[in-house]
Amino acid sequence: MTATRVENSSRQHDRRRLRPLILLGLAIFVLLAFFFSLHQGVLQLSPGEMLRTIFSGEDSVNRQIICGIRLPRNLTAALAGICLALAGAILQGIMRNPLASPNLIGVSAGGGLGAVIVLIVLPQYYLLLVPAAFGGALAATLMIYLLAWKRGIQPMRLVLAGVAVSSLLGAIINALLLFYPDRVVGILDFMVGSLSARSWRQVHLIWPYALGGTILSLLLSRRLNILVLGDAAAVGLGIRVERTRLLLIAVSALLAAAAVSVTGLLGFVGLIAPHMMRLIIGSDYRYLLPSCAMFGAGLLMTCDTLGRIVMPPVELPVGIIMAMLGAPFFLYLLRRKNTA
Amino acid sequence: MKLNITALCAGYGRDNRVIDHLTLTVEEGEIITLIGANGSGKSTLLKTIGRLLPPESGGVYLDGRAVHDWPTGQLAREMAILPQLNSAPDDLSVAELVAYGRYPYRQRWRSSSDHDRAMVRQALQLTHLAALRDRPVATLSGGERQRAWIAMTLAQEPQVLLLDEPTTFLDVCHQLEIIELIGRMNRELGLTIVMVLHDLNLAARCSHRLAAIKDRRIRYLGSAAEIMTPEILRDIFNIQARIITGDDDIPYFIPTASCGGLPHPTHKQESSS
Repeated sequence: MTATRVENSSRQHDRRRLRPLILLGLAIFVLLAFFFSLHQGVLQLSPGEMLRTIFSGEDSVNRQIICGIRLPRNLTAALAGICLALAGAILQGIMRNPLASPNLIGVSAGGGLGAVIVLIVLPQYYLLLVPAAFGGALAATLMIYLLAWKRGIQPMRLVLAGVAVSSLLGAIINALLLFYPDRVVGILDFMVGSLSARSWRQVHLIWPYALGGTILSLLLSRRLNILVLGDAAAVGLGIRVERTRLLLIAVSALLAAAAVSVTGLLGFVGLIAPHMMRLIIGSDYRYLLPSCAMFGAGLLMTCDTLGRIVMPPVELPVGIIMAMLGAPFFLYLLRRKNTA
Repeated sequence: MKLNITALCAGYGRDNRVIDHLTLTVEEGEIITLIGANGSGKSTLLKTIGRLLPPESGGVYLDGRAVHDWPTGQLAREMAILPQLNSAPDDLSVAELVAYGRYPYRQRWRSSSDHDRAMVRQALQLTHLAALRDRPVATLSGGERQRAWIAMTLAQEPQVLLLDEPTTFLDVCHQLEIIELIGRMNRELGLTIVMVLHDLNLAARCSHRLAAIKDRRIRYLGSAAEIMTPEILRDIFNIQARIITGDDDIPYFIPTASCGGLPHPTHKQESSS
């Protein structure tokens, strides 16, 4: 008994000292994933050639493929991964619920409904897809927050309101799909989450959110640590709980809405990335948030690349690859933790 | 710092007022324990004092200023709260939890100062947790865990400490341990302590005064010897009790019977009898 206790605490200690190393490792993973995705595809250049193509000013076909197609798609994947993973980590903290993910505050259902309305009912306004998804996601979050409000927000009531509103919006989506069966195929990419044909426009759309959200969430990381202790304890330590929680929900809703409107419904990253990082780096948000951001970016880039190269010329949407690889690995980590 | 509660009304909405024009003065450096039946409003009073609940009218004044008007971070340096329910992540160590007690003193872009570390060390020593500082809080026994949370409140360097049922869920030995710790904090650090306790004998042991709440107000206020009488206990808890005074002049009570059924029988019971 005592022996295992001592071992436990020394292992804890070791992990604390390892945290900077883990962050460094994740940074290397992101870089590797980045160059791997730039490199892989029908056109394969050696690393040296690739760098020369990128930095040479000439307008060649190779440069068009690398800088005009792969690079923006890659950056979109990385930025969406950052947004979704951060949103999930923040939500799991404020809800004190391990199942919390961007889906839970209605981002997926609301964004999905906005996208479905544009793609199916008003296809002539295709350009409105991104703003409609973004607006739908935020509107759903706002609705859930207001429904859950009763002299303050209790996390559990928020979770329940989220489930209820999401199923309502889901029902509306399905009803629309039934009314327009001929147009269902067009929406499929959005529903599973896809990065195909993403260009610099999407990068420009999403990077301000990714950057702002990252900075804000890092500034709020100590407050998140305190909030996890429970509302009463947090008030006792001088936190304005309602205000902080509203701020954090707003940050995560903006992050997730930006990502979802550009990539489609990829909420799964927001569920698994924080869990995996919690197992690896621990639950201190000052380390958890940066590690989630990096892991989310690397994961999405890798999965998207795999989707491009496993069975060419068919491209598998990143959402499918991620779920097929992510879910088993996630389950493996959970089981390993329980037996340890 | 003196804590004044004047004409305080609080509760959960218009139809559910739990405290009605309650007035109480807590002197600097005293331990005062709120006692009363379930639902009498002890916890509500404690929560309102700790600004967890807003008052409907009246107020709670610390050092002459309403606690709900204090900047909350500044108040956290004067008044600490040990909630009844709290949670910690699985991998949070005792030292990390206690260091959160320094949060009200944080400065942006600055890591912890020497004084912060000294206060954490002192809190760990006072609660006898120095040897367990690197253990995850989740792996501690119930008594150790409660001491860790108390250590966190101590690291806040408060003048006033609010404890909501600090001994619930603990076995007898750990209950006494917590009560002794509370006495020590009061004597050595001069802390003013307001707490809710269910165990009257423990309350009598460690409190300077007991405040018995009934009908939304403080019905009785006084030393353990004054409050622990068969008449008052009957009025407050609806029980018959015998009082024994120990060698240390501390009164103990032994409940002998409840006074016939519930104080407010429901209609169903009335009609069947």
